[in-house]
Amino acid sequence: MIRIAVIGFGNVGQGFLELIMEKRDEIEKRIGKFKVIAIADSKSSISGEFKLRDAIEFKRRTGRLPEDRNAIEVVEQEDYDVLVEATITDIKTGGDGLRYIKTALKKSSHVVTSNKGPLVVAFKELMDLAERRGVKLMYEATVGGVMPVIRLIKDYLAICEIERIMGILNGTCNYILSRMEEERLPFNQVLSEAQELGIAEANPSYDIEGIDAAAKLVILANTIYRGDFRFEDVERIGIESITPEAFEIAAKRGYTIRLIAEASENVLRVSPRLIPINHPLAIRGTMNALMIKTDTAGNLVVMGRGAGRKETATAMLSDLIEIYNS
Amino acid sequence: MLLTLVVELEDKPGQLLRVLEPISKMGGNIVGIVHQRGRKTPLNRVPVEIALTIDEKKVEDLIKRIRNLGIVVRSYNEVKLIETTSLLLIGHIIHTDLSDTIKRVDSENSEVVELHICMPEVKKPSTAIVTISAESSEELNKAISKLKRICREKGIVVIEPIEEEFL
Repeated sequence: MIRIAVIGFGNVGQGFLELIMEKRDEIEKRIGKFKVIAIADSKSSISGEFKLRDAIEFKRRTGRLPEDRNAIEVVEQEDYDVLVEATITDIKTGGDGLRYIKTALKKSSHVVTSNKGPLVVAFKELMDLAERRGVKLMYEATVGGVMPVIRLIKDYLAICEIERIMGILNGTCNYILSRMEEERLPFNQVLSEAQELGIAEANPSYDIEGIDAAAKLVILANTIYRGDFRFEDVERIGIESITPEAFEIAAKRGYTIRLIAEASENVLRVSPRLIPINHPLAIRGTMNALMIKTDTAGNLVVMGRGAGRKETATAMLSDLIEIYNS
Repeated sequence: MLLTLVVELEDKPGQLLRVLEPISKMGGNIVGIVHQRGRKTPLNRVPVEIALTIDEKKVEDLIKRIRNLGIVVRSYNEVKLIETTSLLLIGHIIHTDLSDTIKRVDSENSEVVELHICMPEVKKPSTAIVTISAESSEELNKAISKLKRICREKGIVVIEPIEEEFL
C-alpha cells in the first residue's frame, strides 16, 4: 500500500485529489493499492480514516480542514511514501514548500511537486538530497503544465546533447501578445480583457514581467545542464512596453512577437522576440510550447496547456506513476 | 574600375531593373549578376551581387542614386557586409538622440543600413525597425550587443529575432 500525504489544499491540491478519485482503477492497475493518509493546508489538516470527497467538501464549506495540526506538523509527524506538495510558489525564498520538501526527502519519502519556488531557489541541493536518500523528487507540473518536457529531456533525450531550448512558458503573456497581434490593441486594454477573463491576475506583474517564465526556465536549464542556475542569472525583459505598432511593423515583414524563454549552456533569457509568423512557436492563446534543439534528434516541439486544474493534476499524477514504474 | 555591389531586393518582379537603370544611365557596364537566394534576409529580401565597371569618380554618386530609390545597398567595393538582421526598438527613440544611437552602432565592420520609425503620438513611445549588416556573424553579434547596451542606457526596449537556425 502506497501512502500519500497531500500538502497544499488549494486549486492544485484539490484538483489532484479529484483526479485520483476519477482515475483510481487506472492508477491501481499501474502502481497497486494506494491511500491518501493525510491532507494539510497551512493551518489545518485531516488524517487517519476519511473520504477524499468529504475532505474537499469540508474545505469548500469552511475554508479549512477539521484538525488543527498544520502542514509542517503533518509533514514531520506522519509516515508516508510520497509527499504531494502543491503549496504557493515563492521564488525568492522557496517559501514553506522548500521546508516541506526538504523534510520529506530527509525522511526518505518521494516528493511530487507543482511548486516552482523550491526548485528555483535550491535545485541542486534538493536533487542531491533526494539522490543521497535514494528517493525521487518529481516536478513535471512546475514547467509548462501538462507538457511532458522534464521527462522528455531526462529520459527520452537522455543520450542527446541539448544545444538550446526555446519556448513559450507563460500562457498569460502569450494570450496578451496574440490578442495584440490580432486586434492591434494597446497592451493595457488587452491586459484588462485578460484580467476580466481570469487569464491574468489582479496583480499581473509576476506574468507580464517574465518572472514566471524565468522561474520555469531556471528549472529547465538546471535539468538539462545539471548546473546551478539561479533566478538572477536570467536576462529578463517583460512585455509591458510592447506597442500595437510593433506588431504592425513586424507583420509587414512576416513576423510576430512572442515572449520567448531561451536557454543554452551559458545564456538564459526571457524576452519578447521577433518570430516568423509560420514558426511552430507562433502559437495563439494561452497555450505553451517548447522547442528543443538536439545534436542527434534534430529539433523537437512540444505543445500543450500550460496551466489549469486538471492539466496540472495530470502532470502530477503522471509523476506519481513514474516513481513506481521505474 | 571594377565595382562589386551587393543590394537587397524585394523578391518580386521588376526590382532588379530599378538598380540597373541608374547604372546604365551613368555609363556603367554590367559584368555579372548573382542572386544569393540562399541568403534571404530576415525581411525576406534577396541579396543580389552586381559586378560592373564604371568610372571611379562616379561610384559615390551611383551609390547615392541607388539608395535614393529606397534600395538597400549592403556593400560595395572591398567591404562586404554579408550578415544582416533586423530588430525592433520601442521607446523614446528620437528624444534619446537617434543619430547618436546609430553612430555608435556603426563601425568599420558593421553598419545600420535601414531604419523605419512609427510615431503614433509625440509624447508616446515610438516603434522602429532597424536593420544592421556586418562583415561576419561575429561582427553582427558585436553590433547587436552594442545596440542592446546603448538601448539599455537610453531606456529603449530591443526585440531581437530568434536565431534563424531555429526555423
